[in-house]
Amino acid sequence: MTSATQVAPVSPASPTAGRRAAGFAHLLLGEWTKIRSVRSTIWSLIVLVVVSLGFTALFAALTAANWNGPRAAPRDATILADPVNSILGTGIGLGQLAVCVLGALIMTTEYSTGVIRASLLAVPRRIPMLAAKAVVFAALIFVVGEIVTFGSFFLGSAILHSHVAVSLGQPGVARAVIGTGLALTVLGLFAMAIGALIRHTAGAIATVIGVVLVLPILTGLLPGSWGAHVNAYLPEQAGGLISQAHEQAGNLLTPWQGFGVFCIWTALLLIAAGYLLRRRDA
Amino acid sequence: MIEARDLTKRYGDNTAVDHLSFTVEPGRVTGFLGPNGAGKSTTMRLILGLDRPQSGTATINGRPYRSLTDPLRTVGALLEAKSVHSSRSARNHLLFLAQTQGMPSTRVDEVLDLVGLHAVARKRAGGFSLGMSQRLGIAAAMLGDPQVLLLDEPVNGLDPEGVLWIRNLMKQLASAGKTVFVSSHLMNEMAVTADHLIVIGRGKLIAESSTQEFIARSSDKSVLVRTPDPARLTELILAEGGKVTDGEVAPGEAASSEASKALAVTGLAAPRIGELAASAGVVLHELSPRASLEEAFLELTSGSVEFGTHDPGGQQPGSQQPADEPGHASVAERSAR
Ligand SMILES: Nc1ncnc2c1ncn2[C@@H]1O[C@H](COP(=O)(O)OP(=O)(O)O)[C@@H](O)[C@H]1O
Ligand SMILES: [Mg+2]
Repeated sequence: MTSATQVAPVSPASPTAGRRAAGFAHLLLGEWTKIRSVRSTIWSLIVLVVVSLGFTALFAALTAANWNGPRAAPRDATILADPVNSILGTGIGLGQLAVCVLGALIMTTEYSTGVIRASLLAVPRRIPMLAAKAVVFAALIFVVGEIVTFGSFFLGSAILHSHVAVSLGQPGVARAVIGTGLALTVLGLFAMAIGALIRHTAGAIATVIGVVLVLPILTGLLPGSWGAHVNAYLPEQAGGLISQAHEQAGNLLTPWQGFGVFCIWTALLLIAAGYLLRRRDA
Repeated sequence: MIEARDLTKRYGDNTAVDHLSFTVEPGRVTGFLGPNGAGKSTTMRLILGLDRPQSGTATINGRPYRSLTDPLRTVGALLEAKSVHSSRSARNHLLFLAQTQGMPSTRVDEVLDLVGLHAVARKRAGGFSLGMSQRLGIAAAMLGDPQVLLLDEPVNGLDPEGVLWIRNLMKQLASAGKTVFVSSHLMNEMAVTADHLIVIGRGKLIAESSTQEFIARSSDKSVLVRTPDPARLTELILAEGGKVTDGEVAPGEAASSEASKALAVTGLAAPRIGELAASAGVVLHELSPRASLEEAFLELTSGSVEFGTHDPGGQQPGSQQPADEPGHASVAERSAR
């Protein structure tokens, strides 16, 4: 290593001349540099795209090959009832786990690597750092999420073309496709909030996956109509309604209401995360 | 200027910082000395608003860190624990910090040059040696050319050349009028680096003085005397050529009570003080040869081999490093942190 014992002259106040306090735009830029400069971001997004598109294509291809096949009737009926929901629910249903992981990691690695201390020294009020991170991450997932949902939609509908005809022009379809990308974005923020609350990677990822995959199964076991009512308001279940082009008979919420419920859950968790970020030792 | 007032920080039942007050003045290097676990890093985190104290306040140029509008242009900090993502490059680490402060990316290149990391700027920080990581930490601290610097054990893991480099850097910054607050558990290092010392043990202030004075006092043996008649005893001791100060310097000793006053006597041995008191009929409640400050300090560090004496030019017990410059104690250490 080059290590001159001679100290280079401390640069004469160059960074301090005629400056103004840094604003929120600067924080966004800083968070963007952070998020783009680690491998976990790149890998998670590659997994999101490849798994979503790959499994959408695989599911559609298998379905098409087996159309009208033995015991395929109920499945075919489901697909005919809401082909868009079926297309968006398969590959993206798996791919969204990458968003959960990335959302959690984006906060927990700040703690596991100690970068949180550098981050908070730079933004001692703390909340603006969390807000900037949320905005940058949401923008990133929104862009990639819409690419993935539109890609999945076109891929799936092309493969199923000879059996069901769907297009963006049909009622509810555009809303379902765009909305699925939005729900992925909110899911990312939901995971990020849990990462900020739990601060440990394994615990945060387990919690997010638990809420997304396991909780609906558990609440489904509740007696009577309880299960259905509780289920309807769970974050992921409510948020998933936006992917239905045709509202199903038993729905307690409309697609946008469901999306709203998901947003409220996420907002509450982010507020809790912000509150604790200010209170806790870094 | 850094001011700590009555800072207390507990983790569970463990009091890491215990009603600590001190002031760090600009224009000189202030050493923050104490054995491992004394609470130095915790104090620095409290000053930097990273941890919340149970009581007390810390201000930098009169303001709490959390209310600074231009934090990195006001304060630069090198923390003890690593604070870099291992898969991020050194340059990107500094870049995001610069961006949050609205600084141009050219400033990143300037500090990379300053610390000699230019060649590895685009390498993953995870592959850095301890010394390179320390240099990256210094670069981050210097980013905003701040008036105030807090450096927590900056020489840890550095080779002798690096130690010398940091020492010169700190002296240069202090002579440029900046406030430089640097912690170490090595008295040797502080003896050659710091102009002023704040010494703590178990979270409490042990001493605050100029480094010269600290070394001079550390070499004096003193005797603690407790008497209901301090005036008379002081007279006797002064007449014999001894010196008397208030005997409340050492940690863990009770202050003077109503009934008797504690005096610290130097220049006379305990038996002689006892004889003087007996011949004049002065009652003594206590007469105990007391450890010098350094011994008090050593006692707190017991078990820590990398701590040596302040003897200039001497070799530390337990250290194999040769002195890196003539007349200076060896400071390099393979630390056990
Ligand atoms: N985050 C923490 N949680 C619990 N205990 C801590 C924490 N940080 C420090 N301590 C404890 O506080 C005391 C002081 O530690 P520290 O400030 O690191 O001392 P130093 O830097 O002087 O070696 C130690 O007993 C340490 O174990
Ligand atoms: Mg320490």
